[in-house]
Amino acid sequence: MDAPVQSTRQLVRMRGRSYVAFVFTPVVPIMDWLGEIDTTLARSPGFFVGKPVVLDLSALDLSQSAVSHLVANLEQRNIRVLGIEGVSPEHLTKSLPPLLTGGRPCGLPQSEPQKPQPKPAKPKATSLLLDQPVRSGQSIVFAEGDVTVLGSVGSGAEIVAGGSIHIYGTLRGRAMAGINGNSSARIFCQRIEAELLAIDGYYQTAEDIGESLRSRPAQAWLEDDALKITALN
Amino acid sequence: MAKVLVVTSGKGGVGKTTSTAALGAALAQAGQSVVVIDFDVGLRNLDLVMGAERRVVFDLINVVQGVAKLSQALIRDKRLENLWLIPASQTRDKDALTDEGVRRVINDLRSKFDWILCDSPAGIERGATLAMRYADEAVIVTNPEVSSVRDSDRIIGMLDSKTAKAERGERVEKHLLVTRYDAARASRGEMLSIDDILEILATPLLGIIPESQDVLRASNVGCPVTLNSTNSAPSRAYMDAVRRLMGESVPMTVPVERKGLMNRLLRRRAA
Repeated sequence: MDAPVQSTRQLVRMRGRSYVAFVFTPVVPIMDWLGEIDTTLARSPGFFVGKPVVLDLSALDLSQSAVSHLVANLEQRNIRVLGIEGVSPEHLTKSLPPLLTGGRPCGLPQSEPQKPQPKPAKPKATSLLLDQPVRSGQSIVFAEGDVTVLGSVGSGAEIVAGGSIHIYGTLRGRAMAGINGNSSARIFCQRIEAELLAIDGYYQTAEDIGESLRSRPAQAWLEDDALKITALN
Repeated sequence: MAKVLVVTSGKGGVGKTTSTAALGAALAQAGQSVVVIDFDVGLRNLDLVMGAERRVVFDLINVVQGVAKLSQALIRDKRLENLWLIPASQTRDKDALTDEGVRRVINDLRSKFDWILCDSPAGIERGATLAMRYADEAVIVTNPEVSSVRDSDRIIGMLDSKTAKAERGERVEKHLLVTRYDAARASRGEMLSIDDILEILATPLLGIIPESQDVLRASNVGCPVTLNSTNSAPSRAYMDAVRRLMGESVPMTVPVERKGLMNRLLRRRAA
């Protein structure tokens, strides 16, 4: 079983590709310039990670050892230099990055990953409608706005709202409106037999609520830091 | 299709167990096959009220924990052959009940019976929540007094949120059963009127069971009142309630004691 061995010549393909690199142009004194780099790194330690960096030394006249020293200093800061521009070739040893020519200036690419555009959020509901009676032991908390109850609120139940509270049945439990400091919130109910009414922290218990109001439609509001309750009819 | 009915109240001593036994017996008398389950683990009573306490071998906990088969825990009533009881354990407590075990037991019973009546313990803890967990319908037992009514309100809220049906977005059908009602005292304002109760609880009325000595007497002899004294006022009220449960429309009245002349004379002599 001799399969014909066909030697295929591997083609070496060359392609051109261009990258955008950061170009550092050190200025004298070099130590101060390195200090600037350090401040940048202190602000965002990963700023140069994974980014190609090219040194442009055309404005300086550095000896070979000075170039090596500079590159080593940058490497200490985890900045790897891809190539060097603007020096004469004899200044570069084999251990130094290669000489680059023909660079053209361009805008820097967006360094930060694009933040996902926040979805156009659904406008937050500013009122809550309950079409069932609120039973004893249930607690409805809605800090975002008004609460409307179509049924009754049982004894031992509570409604807590950032805005006003509207109850189209009998209020036998507790109603606390304007909890986030909204002193213009009000409480309305078709029939008041409440255990407690509160607006913005000012409250009245069942005992404080006038006997003449009992079992009538009523509203409560704040006036000069005092909770007022009147019949609606 | 079997219906799972929980008899519940929140408050204790309002007549859940008595009502479970009476409704179960009345349903069985109407030709339905019925099982009543005692969920009051640790404080079982339904076996006494049903007169089956001397025949208890296995109980609900044994079945839930897989120690006994369902058929071993089912006790057939001596008087009605289509009425069965699963007693609770008296030695364990409610923590021995598991959600999964209860679900399995109820599912098994669904294929065997027309009605599964769950007698809930008082309170709102594990025993009560598991008794209502897989219910299709609920009978809320309420006495005409404020504390009982408020506890019932709490239980109705739980039926609307904690049951398997509620979690699926369906509704447990709720019925209100007012027990120990005394028309004379209600008219004098000494207890809440039916209108007051309905206004507070906003739940359809299943029946009004009048306060009567017959109920206590029946419990003490271990016989559901609907079997023990079929013509008594509470018995007739329970029978009407059962007809409403089965979908008949029966006008709502408060049955009163029928006192014959002879009866009155005898009672006077006895006093």
